[in-house]
Amino acid sequence: MKPVIALHDVSVAYRRQAALQHVSGVLAQASLTAVLGPNGAGKSTFLKAVLGLVPVDSGRVEIHVPRKLIAYLPQQAEIDRGFPISVLDCVCLGYWQRLGSLGGLNSAMTEGAQDALRAVGLQGFERRPIGSLSAGQMQRVLFARILVQDADVILLDEPFNAVDARTTDDLLALIRGWHAQQRTVVAVLHDHEQVRRYFPQAVLLARQLVAWGDTADVLAAANLQRARHMADAGSAGNGDRWPELAA
Amino acid sequence: MMLWSWLDTWLHTAQQLAWAPFAEFAFMRRALAGTLALALSSAPLGVLLTLRRMSLFGDALSHAVLPGVAIGFILFGLSLPALSIGGFLAGVTVVAVATRISRSTGLKEDASLASIYLIALALGVMLISMNGSKLDLLHILFGNVLGVDRGGLLLVAGVSSFSLMLGALAYRGLLLESFDPSYLAASGARGGLFQHLFLMLVVMNLVASFQTLGTLMAVGLMMLPAVSARLWHDTLPAQLLNSAVQAALAAYAGLLLSYYSGAPSGPTIILCAAACYLASLLIAPRGCLPRLWRHPCRRA
Repeated sequence: MKPVIALHDVSVAYRRQAALQHVSGVLAQASLTAVLGPNGAGKSTFLKAVLGLVPVDSGRVEIHVPRKLIAYLPQQAEIDRGFPISVLDCVCLGYWQRLGSLGGLNSAMTEGAQDALRAVGLQGFERRPIGSLSAGQMQRVLFARILVQDADVILLDEPFNAVDARTTDDLLALIRGWHAQQRTVVAVLHDHEQVRRYFPQAVLLARQLVAWGDTADVLAAANLQRARHMADAGSAGNGDRWPELAA
Repeated sequence: MMLWSWLDTWLHTAQQLAWAPFAEFAFMRRALAGTLALALSSAPLGVLLTLRRMSLFGDALSHAVLPGVAIGFILFGLSLPALSIGGFLAGVTVVAVATRISRSTGLKEDASLASIYLIALALGVMLISMNGSKLDLLHILFGNVLGVDRGGLLLVAGVSSFSLMLGALAYRGLLLESFDPSYLAASGARGGLFQHLFLMLVVMNLVASFQTLGTLMAVGLMMLPAVSARLWHDTLPAQLLNSAVQAALAAYAGLLLSYYSGAPSGPTIILCAAACYLASLLIAPRGCLPRLWRHPCRRA
């Protein structure tokens, strides 16, 4: 498989505190990968390092697709949900990569945005301000923005956080659709069952790389145990930070 | 018949009162043109400041320009270009130093800005009081809208045209940068570019307003209409437009009131903006009264 993104011995630190150490691996084209790990394991940092949103201390990230063809879903907490913008305008921001600050939006693009809203089940919400949406609806809007962007590589940071079960199912179906369309998808997730069922590839982090490969191998008991130990060692015995592992 | 002629006279008088000062005096016309230009460009910037939770930023900056103004004053006297350039440079420097400090120490941006602007303010006041009279200081801090000359008017008009045009060109980036900064950064655009551009526009507008309203009062025309515009609408373009209209109304009404009452013009303009704000607080869709109307049970 052709590599789309490759990490070579990547380390990232925030204020001299190591967030991610010596991570190497390859994301193949058309792969569907879950990023897992305890809190503070560097999952979001992993995505941000790939995107160049945090400075890499050592090592390097190789990206074999044009920047425009990478879509990113930040964690909801990073988005100002009180911002005075309508649902349709928010979805149209997905055209930013193509239009920049000056390009004009044509009617085909507006229709594309409306189609995307239909695809995420938010028909008729076009004129609503995003401030009136629930967390689940907001996440649907952000998925519509990704649909509009039509990217080859899609990076999702905790897409199902604070989202109800039905929305999770719908969004998961969209992700599987992207996978079927040969797009490369990486998602930071927490639910191991979900990952086992839908994500063929997985990356397990605990500030360092614990395992990267086929999900069944990565989520083997020995690896999970190791991740927990590494997380405990790193955070001075904060064992309850990953309760699902203790079970 | 009686009623008609009475109404006619009344309307005529009202028209006279509303326009006569401007028709009669050139300084009033210049003051009106200058404050209207400022209203159009600085109030929309104020809306963007509130969206970034930087409502107090303008206030800090308006103090921070002082040492630059002081140095301009010491070197060239009360010359508008010298004061403006000095103020602009000081404002930009303060922003740059504050950003630098917060990046390299982990202090929050507002903390580092607060400390730098306080230093700048003390420095500016000291420089001016050692080299000029108290009157000069007052003039710089509070301005004198009725003393705007042709050069001052050109400066204000130039700055507000420039900032409106640049704001329109960079609108989408400015919006995305405050709504979802990591998305913008992930797209490969330099988010910092838009932020710097924006802060530069804020500094420029504050400096431009200094002869008309003074730096301290200029913040009022920037922020009060902006905050009250946010109570009226759900979308950004409507808020921007509303803020500019409120600021323009306040500028006109303030000038007129100060002409008839003899009150100082700058504070009168800001108090007119404050009146718009109070009215908005009460009757705007997101104000108090409609809220009570919609949720009568929350009245307790």
